[in-house]
Amino acid sequence: MEGLYFNINNGYLEGVVRGYKSGLLTTNQYVNLTQCDNLEDLKLQLSSTDYGNFMANYSGPLSTSVLQDNLSKKLFQQFQYVKSQSSGKLTKFMNYINYGYMIDNVILMITGTLHERDKSEILRKCNPLGWFDTLPTLSIATDIESLYSTVLIDTPLAPFFKNCVSADDLDDLNIEIIRNKLYKNYLESFVEFVTSEFDGPDQEIMIRLLTLEADKRVINITLNSLNNSDLSSEDKLSLFPSYGKLYPTYHLQLSQAEDIEQLKSIVEYIGDYKDIFNESGDASGLRGLGDWFYLLEMQFCRNAFTQQFTLSTVYAWLKSKEQEIRNITWIAECIAQNQKNRIDSYISVY
Amino acid sequence: MSGAGNREQVFPTRMTLGLMKGKLKGAQQGHSLLKRKSEALTKRFRDITQRIDEAKRKMGRVMQTAAFSLAEVSYATGENISYQVQESVQRARFQVKAKQENVSGVYLPTFESYINEDINDFKLTGLGRGGQQVQRAKLVYTKAVETLVELASLQTAFIILDEVIKVTNRRVNAIEHVIIPRTENTISYINSELDELDREEFYRLKKVQEKKQEAAAAAEAEEKAAQEAAIAAGAELSKITRVTSNEEITNDAQEVEKLALANGDDDLLKENEDDVIF
Repeated sequence: MEGLYFNINNGYLEGVVRGYKSGLLTTNQYVNLTQCDNLEDLKLQLSSTDYGNFMANYSGPLSTSVLQDNLSKKLFQQFQYVKSQSSGKLTKFMNYINYGYMIDNVILMITGTLHERDKSEILRKCNPLGWFDTLPTLSIATDIESLYSTVLIDTPLAPFFKNCVSADDLDDLNIEIIRNKLYKNYLESFVEFVTSEFDGPDQEIMIRLLTLEADKRVINITLNSLNNSDLSSEDKLSLFPSYGKLYPTYHLQLSQAEDIEQLKSIVEYIGDYKDIFNESGDASGLRGLGDWFYLLEMQFCRNAFTQQFTLSTVYAWLKSKEQEIRNITWIAECIAQNQKNRIDSYISVY
Repeated sequence: MSGAGNREQVFPTRMTLGLMKGKLKGAQQGHSLLKRKSEALTKRFRDITQRIDEAKRKMGRVMQTAAFSLAEVSYATGENISYQVQESVQRARFQVKAKQENVSGVYLPTFESYINEDINDFKLTGLGRGGQQVQRAKLVYTKAVETLVELASLQTAFIILDEVIKVTNRRVNAIEHVIIPRTENTISYINSELDELDREEFYRLKKVQEKKQEAAAAAEAEEKAAQEAAIAAGAELSKITRVTSNEEITNDAQEVEKLALANGDDDLLKENEDDVIF
């Protein structure tokens, strides 16, 4: 039944997104890319894919960052197109996707302002997916209170700041904490939105992806703050999104974990995450953990496309595209730095 | 280079000879000292060259790993991570201390890296994702900077040593090929001049002696002649006295004696005149 009226509003967009999805690089194309000897070759290979002549307007020496910029631009254009065609629930949903990038941009602006950087320089670094009109005015703020009351209260981010205004001053430690608190609030709010607005397979897929996202953050924060005395276990607990498979049973334990062994033993209680440390414990080092999560996320995204009449395809497509850009950047980096032995650690699921 | 005519412009006196001998001795001593210094420096120089070579190779490897670890970071965390890291650094964790090392009188600056473990900014960067990569990249880059500092220290030493060795070698060569031959030339010149003087003096003395002997012989002959004349006169006078008075005889005798005395004075004067001429 839920598919009955879907096409009235969202049928076209789903088609477009699925079209974009089929433009994602396949494993074969990745293999071709890894065979390239230099960045020019890579560019040539990419031009035969969905990216087409994305570098047509660029002349000058190729570098990894140039490549990445152009790839991101392409992604942004596609996202903007979908967003401008969307209506109702989908617009809201896409707004929610934007909020995550907005948080990053806000934090970037605050960091830049604290160190009295040139505004235009920071604005250039901001992610276009998280752009909003009042972003440039953020630079007037000197403390979190005025930041909130003058600028952020008018932005959609306002509700996420509800727990962060207590921070008395903005130093680098606090900024990182604020960022993670904002993310926590954002994720919780996103989950709330999904559970109330979506139904059926749509909800199921989104919940699965967001659960993974939440658990990923919790595990990462725990791992990255293991040897850090600046962050008390209460602080850590306040950064964990109250969601995910680890919530609420293991959050307290995780926040008090003192070494990686403890973390491992706790995470292994969750069947899905049992393999995280098995695979990452080898010679390739801790990079395996990030890869493992990326791979899981990509698998979820791929599976998201198996369901018809879902809005979650947009999210899955966006995440896949981001991963693809990361993959291409990684391959380009490996080619540029002549480190071919690591070139195969990209993540390809399509 | 050091022709026979190459010598210092000095008066060939015995004092200058003493001075020159002192100078030669000093030059030889200085030469051997400088030679030894140059050898010590060259040894050090070779050592440093070898170490620079090693350090450069090591730097190549380390920088590659470092650049790659940065790529890993950007893969794991997204674009703006380097900006966040740059902005969150407050104090220098990695410090370089400059020291001086004395190698045979040459002060070589050496840089020592020093890591302040208490200072650890951007510990929380990438808390949400990629923090492990950030920390790893930090470690790798710390090693890279250590290598760079080591290399910088070696390179500075290399340049300074190169300069000093050149200067020292120039000095050694200058002493060996210019100063020592010239001083030796000067000494031999002074010696030859002094010998010449000696010979002249000797010849002069001989000549004087000869002249003196001649003069003495002449005077003797004259005196003899005078005496003979006097004796002859005396014999005649005695014959005359027999005819004339005794008074006359004595007067005559006195006159002869006076004459003889005057002759002797004349001889002495002549001798003096000879001396004056010389």
